[in-house]
Amino acid sequence: MTEAVYQKRVSRRPNRLKLAPWLFLAPGLLMFLIYVLVPIVESFWISFHDWDGLGAMSWIGMGNYIELLDDDTFYVSLWNNLLWLVLYLLSIPAGLAVALFLNQNVAGIRIYKSMFFFPFVISQVVVGLIFTWFYAPGFGPLSVFLEWLTGDEIAILADERYVTYGIILAGLWPQTAYCMILYLAGLNNINSEQVEAARMDGAKGFSMLWHVILPQLRPATFIALVVTVIGSLRSFDLVSIMTAGGPYGSSQVLSYFMYEQALSEYGYRMGYGAAIAVVLFLIMMVFITFFITRMLNQERNT
Amino acid sequence: MTPIRKLGGFALSLALLSTSALAGEIVLNSDQSDPAPKKAMEELIADFQEAHPDITVKWNNFDHEGYKSAIRNFLTANPPDVAAWYAGNRMKPFVDAGLFEDVSDVWEENGLNEELKSAAASMTIDGKKWGVPYTYYQWGIYYRKDIFEEQGIEPPKTWDELLAASAKLKEAGITPFTIGTKALWPTGGWFDYLNLRVNGYEFHMDLTSGEVPYTDPRVKAVFEKWAELVEPGYFIENHAAIDWQDAIPHLVQGKAAMYLMGNFAVATMKDGGLEEDQIGFLQFPQINPDIPMSEEAPTDTFHIPAGAKNKEDAKKFLAYLASPEAQTKMNKTLGQLPVNNKAEKPEDPFLEAGFEMLSEAHALAQFYDRDAAAEMAKAGMEGFQEFMVKPDKVDDILERLEKIRARVYK
Repeated sequence: MTEAVYQKRVSRRPNRLKLAPWLFLAPGLLMFLIYVLVPIVESFWISFHDWDGLGAMSWIGMGNYIELLDDDTFYVSLWNNLLWLVLYLLSIPAGLAVALFLNQNVAGIRIYKSMFFFPFVISQVVVGLIFTWFYAPGFGPLSVFLEWLTGDEIAILADERYVTYGIILAGLWPQTAYCMILYLAGLNNINSEQVEAARMDGAKGFSMLWHVILPQLRPATFIALVVTVIGSLRSFDLVSIMTAGGPYGSSQVLSYFMYEQALSEYGYRMGYGAAIAVVLFLIMMVFITFFITRMLNQERNT
Repeated sequence: MTPIRKLGGFALSLALLSTSALAGEIVLNSDQSDPAPKKAMEELIADFQEAHPDITVKWNNFDHEGYKSAIRNFLTANPPDVAAWYAGNRMKPFVDAGLFEDVSDVWEENGLNEELKSAAASMTIDGKKWGVPYTYYQWGIYYRKDIFEEQGIEPPKTWDELLAASAKLKEAGITPFTIGTKALWPTGGWFDYLNLRVNGYEFHMDLTSGEVPYTDPRVKAVFEKWAELVEPGYFIENHAAIDWQDAIPHLVQGKAAMYLMGNFAVATMKDGGLEEDQIGFLQFPQINPDIPMSEEAPTDTFHIPAGAKNKEDAKKFLAYLASPEAQTKMNKTLGQLPVNNKAEKPEDPFLEAGFEMLSEAHALAQFYDRDAAAEMAKAGMEGFQEFMVKPDKVDDILERLEKIRARVYK
């Protein structure tokens, strides 16, 4: 009898070991299922339909995707997303430069650090508004300066040639601050013995940075890269605040295009919006897969 | 009595109970978030409750921009008894989806077909009325009277006079027209008026309901007239970077002399420092003398959602809203024009001018973005904005619009 009880206990133990992690994971998994996985599947499903969000959905197969391939705005958005992706990466070296500059011990350095970090703390909406005024024709400081310099008034946000660059520049301001914080944290953990040793071997200036400091900052660089790439693809707030995709759609990006088609006053084409969302999702998946495999590899190697 | 029956009886009595609790209360959703409309609405509700002491109004006031997406949710999920919206094709998606109640009987019983005649066409879809209009306002050219006098310019009545006046202003270093096209819709006013004057109201309606291709030579003709103002630089530069309010300082500072806008802009002009006698109003000049003059007059309306719980009292509310007394009082507060032709005329000089102009109009258009389907409107106004920056690309723009028209109105 006691033997049997013992047996039962032993046999239940592995079960418990199997069950416990799942129980702890359950709330998180449930949330993930409801708020991430189901909407993704739903988006795919909706993207095969013509639907205004109110009436009945009608199946049109690949119709939305075929239309997307014939839509000029889609290509403008793709191109602008590419610009965002490439130029947004500038925030990483810029953040590193600021971090190196601020990584010193002088009186009041904390104040300087927090001032440099400030743009990341304020809302993107505020950043967008500040830059809109900065560029504003007539009274914006930059536009006044450009007028003095060239004699011509240039309205950056009204000119299809410059508008996307203008918005990206506004985006770089907070993003640089973010990268700076990542690097400042990384610089705190630099192994001073290695630096000493390198100095003894005669490393100085750039070679010190390149061969000794940067390799130690790799985890920070990796995180900065991930956040910046994802952030560039998600660029929405600034476009919405500064231009709403204008002038005549020339500063569109995929995320704003999706919103405009599916949810804005003029759109309510849920199917078409969902198709754009799917395309954006697939593009993001390429990067996310790359990052995750790299992360897993690193974990395995250590 | 079987248990099931009992349950049914219980449910029925519960349903009766809940309706009796609801009788006498109507839920009203609207978007009067600005000070003047909010005050007008408060007065209207107070007066209505005084006239109908057995009915109380529960008012949910939404933010103006947020309302446009909120209405889509609450009409299906939790419909109120009365909801604010707009006339013309703007209400068509909700009518087509069966979300608005047919209120033709309210019109019949209260003689509204006569009293609200000017807006009857824009409230009708499939021969039925779908709501009650309570206010509108005129569009036209607001100009600096003092600048015109200084330059010796008479208010233009025809297109040639307008061109001559513009040339004279430009020569004096004053940009003839100010405009801010960042939010796109101010371009719609220009397109509409040129179209109304070149082709007329009937063509405007055909075009906005998708029956005419954008590559039609008559559409091209509109842009040719427009180019006569764009190409010589008669509009301020960099208009794509600014909103309609930001265009007003140009007028106030005397850098520009005219502004094609809705009457609501007068308040902003006065806030900007212009005196009433500095501002003049003129009807958009005639282009083709054979085309009768039609005007733009966007109309605000109230509707009963199909899912409303207390339709009986909601109809009483609409009937009250349509009455001359209610419209007189409301529009005095709003600073706009009453739709009811038995209502008192406004005292403001600009409204008076507008009232006269609209009462003589051949027909009233709602506005490009209310008459055209929403998607077409967005693409169209984007095209207008592009044209105002790059007038030589007109053919590309029209071809693109035609592609969109073919898809939207299939």
